[in-house]
Amino acid sequence: MTTTGVASEMVRGWLQRSMPLVALLLLVVLFSVLSPRFLSLENLANIAVQSSHIGLIAVGMTLVIATGGIDLSVGSVLALSICAAGLAMAPPDAGGAGLDFAWGWGIGLLTGALAGGLNGILISGLGLSPFIATLGMMSIARGVANVMTDGMPVEDMPEAALALGASSVAGVPWSILLWALLAGLGGVVLGRTRLGRYACAMGSNEEALRLAGVRIGPWKTALYVLSGLLSAAAGLVFLGRVSNAQPTAGVGFELDAIAAVVIGGASLMGGRGSMAGTVVGVALMGVLRNGLVLMDVSAFWQQLVIGVVVLVAVLLDRWRTT
Amino acid sequence: MTVAAPPVLSVRGLRKAFGAVRALSGVDLEVRAGEVLVLLGENGAGKSTLLKTLSGMHVPDAGEVRIRDKVLPFGNPAASEAAGIVTIYQEFNLVPDLTIAENLFLGQEPHRLGLVDHARMRREATGMLQRVGLAVDPGRKVRELGVAHAQLVEIAKALSRLDRSGGGVLTLDEPTAALADHEIAVLHGLVRDLRQRGQAIIYISHRMAELRAIGDRVTVLRDGASVCSGPLSDLDDDALIRAMVGRDVATLYPDRTPSLGEPVLEVVDLVAPGFGPVTMTVRRGEIVGLAGLMGSGRSRLLRLLYGDESGRGGNVRVAGRELQARQGPAGAVAAGIGLVPEDRKNEGLALGMPVRDNLALASLERHVRAGLLQSEGLSQSAKNLVERLRIRCSSIDQPVGRLSGGNQQKVVLGRWLARGGAVLLLDEPTRGVDVGARAEIYRLMAELAQEGLAIVMVSSDLPEVLGMADRVLVMREGRPAGWMAGDAMTQEAVMRLATGQEVGA
Repeated sequence: MTTTGVASEMVRGWLQRSMPLVALLLLVVLFSVLSPRFLSLENLANIAVQSSHIGLIAVGMTLVIATGGIDLSVGSVLALSICAAGLAMAPPDAGGAGLDFAWGWGIGLLTGALAGGLNGILISGLGLSPFIATLGMMSIARGVANVMTDGMPVEDMPEAALALGASSVAGVPWSILLWALLAGLGGVVLGRTRLGRYACAMGSNEEALRLAGVRIGPWKTALYVLSGLLSAAAGLVFLGRVSNAQPTAGVGFELDAIAAVVIGGASLMGGRGSMAGTVVGVALMGVLRNGLVLMDVSAFWQQLVIGVVVLVAVLLDRWRTT
Repeated sequence: MTVAAPPVLSVRGLRKAFGAVRALSGVDLEVRAGEVLVLLGENGAGKSTLLKTLSGMHVPDAGEVRIRDKVLPFGNPAASEAAGIVTIYQEFNLVPDLTIAENLFLGQEPHRLGLVDHARMRREATGMLQRVGLAVDPGRKVRELGVAHAQLVEIAKALSRLDRSGGGVLTLDEPTAALADHEIAVLHGLVRDLRQRGQAIIYISHRMAELRAIGDRVTVLRDGASVCSGPLSDLDDDALIRAMVGRDVATLYPDRTPSLGEPVLEVVDLVAPGFGPVTMTVRRGEIVGLAGLMGSGRSRLLRLLYGDESGRGGNVRVAGRELQARQGPAGAVAAGIGLVPEDRKNEGLALGMPVRDNLALASLERHVRAGLLQSEGLSQSAKNLVERLRIRCSSIDQPVGRLSGGNQQKVVLGRWLARGGAVLLLDEPTRGVDVGARAEIYRLMAELAQEGLAIVMVSSDLPEVLGMADRVLVMREGRPAGWMAGDAMTQEAVMRLATGQEVGA
């Protein structure tokens, strides 16, 4: 290959990786021009806080999508986790067990991990396709959440239990810190651990990985456990924001998370994905929603615009990878 | 057929460059009616560019193509098809979930009153299938057919396209790569039959024996140019290889003086449904070849050893330690066995991932410190392997799918070198690998054996088995038919055992 060939290849590679980021920056510039209220520290922090729960779910979703799988149950698992946590923490007169908030969080996270583990077993143990297994879990988890709470929100959460969604440390909201921390950790897992490399290898060619002597089942299950765990963590953030545990929480979150991962450059066929891309994808959707609200665009039109953005992102991706 | 008849296809001075890469640098060839022209060349010699130029997908920079003396316009797939240039590629263009008839008429279904005329389609499909000697119901789905039958369907489809254009050139691109021996015989019969009826055919294959059985003339491509053309009977194998590689491949198979160590793979009464019992011992430094017809159990023996099929009986010991079947491939790998599978694209490589990751796939745990992969160690180990195996890649970050077949195979081999086991199982190690890379893989096998590895190889290429193995086990119908070693290893002896024919009186 000639030197100009190598150079153009490098430019192309850079463009491929940073196209979502460029799109995000363009949107920021656009909204800054269109709305004077957009570009303020307060508003940007607001966007980050409002995106943080989807951001957390998308970290797990990126890992799962890298395997060529998908996790449709994240929104329902979020609801189930916070209902379990809520019932553990609510005072007895509100129908709860009155446990300390740490117990509540622990139970919430454990619930998410268990639901994820069940997904993993259905997929790698019983050989169901990820779509089917997590579609089933989506309905099961929602059902259990409704049965547990009789379909009513669990109120009277202890003050401490709301910290992740409601309070800050040194002026930075906990939810942003948690998202940053876990997205960073997720990036390390994806790029620099066996789990992450095996996830990509599964997405690229699972049979080759198996014949290289790697037991697929435990690794794959671990990835779905992580996805469930991150959904539960997102739930705790969400719980703090709305201050009660609703069995109806998280409807449609799976689609936002999947859209963010795809906008970030991952392929639903697996084998390809980046945590930085996902963070940019989540931010892009958050900026878009916020900007449209500031410009008084109705919620109906927002839905339409977001749908178009997802389609354009995928089309651009196909164009830049061929 | 008169001698003066113009060739059906004549190619003159074809050149084509992609940027700075010259894919074709002067190709001349011709094919006459009732003739099979064998096209030979290593991977990357320009065969696919030539085929794509002929079928109108590339526009060449210079040169001329004539069909029955009429100049073919370039870059026009419809014109190429109308002129009768029909190519059957290795990857079939059939839709697995449609029926045979639907596939045969895909895009030009006969219809009546706006509805597809299924009765007529079926009737005509049956006739088309008869021409290729395929007696199956055209209402069956293509998915249910074996590779061989699917290929016959492709040929039936190709023949109808040739008919529409009033004859032309049929090109078969490595048609027998995925076929069993008896299926190859059927295909060859069909090709001869077509030739008899005056069809001009271009036949691409790497298998020398096959070329001699089927071809009339040969054109060898090297580095994008036709370097040698002539009747096959005038050129011996050495001459063809020399033309392909551009130098003498004096010894394709390296000289070895095996120094055998202690037994490392001990198999006693290995059985499975319809298989065995097989008892064998392989020593350090030894190369054992497994020969036999397709479906004779050669590959299955490797798979059973590797724990890839549950429900085996008998004992397998590696370096003295018992290996259980239920432990699966992971258990076999832990015990020190490595497998280079037959189908490297589907079973061997994560094609979209970099060379580095593919090399490390079986030994990733060695590079973990405090839970994190050490990227420097990974890269260094990959670079060493690339150098040692002479893997030609732009960098260790290059996706492995971009490498040539031979280099891909070296990556799969390198994965087991990185792990450093005791036993290496090779299933068709040189399938789809060109001559130059083949010689390097043989050299590497010899080196590994020298270093004390026990190697068991399965191959359909008899000269390869006989050239590399110290001993050969011939399989027949799932059972061991006999062992051979030293001077007793001849092609005739292997074939006799493989087919079950006793030595004549």
